[in-house]
Amino acid sequence: MKKLINDPRSVVEESVQGFGLAHAGLVTVSTDPTFITRKEAPVNRKVGLVSGGGSGHEPLHAGFVGQGMLDAAVPGAVFTSPTPDQILPATLAVNSGAGVVHIVKNYTGDVLNFETAAELAEAEGVSVRTVLVNDDVAVEDSLYTAGRRGVGGTLLVEKIAGAAAERGDDLESVAGIGERVNANVGTMGVALSACTVPHAGSPSFDLGEDEIEIGIGIHGEPGRHRIPMENADGITERLLEPVLGDLKVQPGDKVLLFVNGMGGTPLSELYIVYRRAAQILADRGAVVERSLVGNYITALEMQGCSISVLRLDDELTELWDAPVHTAALRWGV
Amino acid sequence: MVLDVVWAVKWLTLCAQAMAEHRVELIELDRAIGDSDHGENMDRGFQAVLDKLAEAAPETPGAALKLTAMTLMSKVGGAAGPLYGTAFLRAAAALGDSAEIEPAAWAGALAAARDGIVARGKAEPGDKTMVDAWTPAAEAARAAAENGGPDVLTVLVAAAEAAEAGAVATDPLMARKGRASYLGERSIGHRDPGAASTALILRAAVGAAA
Repeated sequence: MKKLINDPRSVVEESVQGFGLAHAGLVTVSTDPTFITRKEAPVNRKVGLVSGGGSGHEPLHAGFVGQGMLDAAVPGAVFTSPTPDQILPATLAVNSGAGVVHIVKNYTGDVLNFETAAELAEAEGVSVRTVLVNDDVAVEDSLYTAGRRGVGGTLLVEKIAGAAAERGDDLESVAGIGERVNANVGTMGVALSACTVPHAGSPSFDLGEDEIEIGIGIHGEPGRHRIPMENADGITERLLEPVLGDLKVQPGDKVLLFVNGMGGTPLSELYIVYRRAAQILADRGAVVERSLVGNYITALEMQGCSISVLRLDDELTELWDAPVHTAALRWGV
Repeated sequence: MVLDVVWAVKWLTLCAQAMAEHRVELIELDRAIGDSDHGENMDRGFQAVLDKLAEAAPETPGAALKLTAMTLMSKVGGAAGPLYGTAFLRAAAALGDSAEIEPAAWAGALAAARDGIVARGKAEPGDKTMVDAWTPAAEAARAAAENGGPDVLTVLVAAAEAAEAGAVATDPLMARKGRASYLGERSIGHRDPGAASTALILRAAVGAAA
């Protein structure tokens, strides 16, 4: 397929360079190895937050580096986790002495590489706590899989834990809040079309013109099952019901509703999904206190979306509302 | 034939050649049940190994394997980087400073590599991962070393053939670890890319001794 690139092997490098130029006031881009840090890092006495993963999910993670969110992002090759030789210097660069939290999506590669980097950082005297994000309710049987994946909830963990770090929480508290977000968020996604990894050249999977894939991950890896195409309301019900079941959402619960685009679906369609999801939540007696709609955790040009529901409490709401200033998310500043 | 550092460097060079030649095939295997990156990552990783070997000129097989381990760990990414990195690191540790590898030592290095992969990735035989190639390879090498006397080529061939058979035997399995596990029954009928690249690596070890 046609792609707006120069060379499949330099996609990440050139994209990160452009990101650094576009947001020079917010971030510093380090090369060889590649990682992105908040301009002011390390921020005095603040716990540092580092996340990362394969590229192709933009704006995740570099787009969330800045005040009130991440201190560093470590991009791997497209859909490939970054390596310890990137994660370690990023961790050291954002350590003010208060320790560093690694926010890791639960994929085998990400877990193994961050685990290795955390061991190396500890050996250099930096305290590291890892928050594993595994909000994908599509993966049912953890015993026979690598476990639930980290998907849309990752943004919510990064925002809320980032706000906790910004207000001065210590390492244990920041990690604890990240884990609390993860425990209270569920996500399920759908693909209407596949995506094409630049160096692979052909789509990551074959999906018929009249088929959709329910329970898709964010790497174009196939999901739970494949069904004939349905309308937006029907698809929304299929995604939201398992999420509400998993979270055991009760009448009166306050929630944040997040409809995330996979990169190839227009915002207008995401709002059609949001509309039905909000109706379903209202029917259940849940109160949608906060919302987010947009392309934030993408899978290249895949068409589709994911729906995340986060059960809020007063503290989580306050931290969600706290000022944030990053390339992709900004309010209160 | 002795397995010295010249053999080790030739082995790693042939590994790099094999990854370049089979890059698209590994991408296709991964495309079916994963995320299309295995061939690209292994090719990039072993090209980096060649660069490092040219710079460092290691003096023992163990040193060459240790250099390979560190390079793969820092260049490959994904699950394969830490897993192959651990495999080569454990194999290097098992070989120590020896200038030449005896048949039993090769079998021991393969067993150490396998144990390292299992410790790191927590997969067991039958989970449809690279463990399904490493386990029969290590066992075949041990049996060949016990029965075959001093002929090291026999041991290398036994390990390579067992790894190849092990990779083929992943076809009917349902994945229980790694990214393919999300597919459940739909992973059946596809070869595990990590088992396939393991077979290429152990076949290259034979080529280097031939």
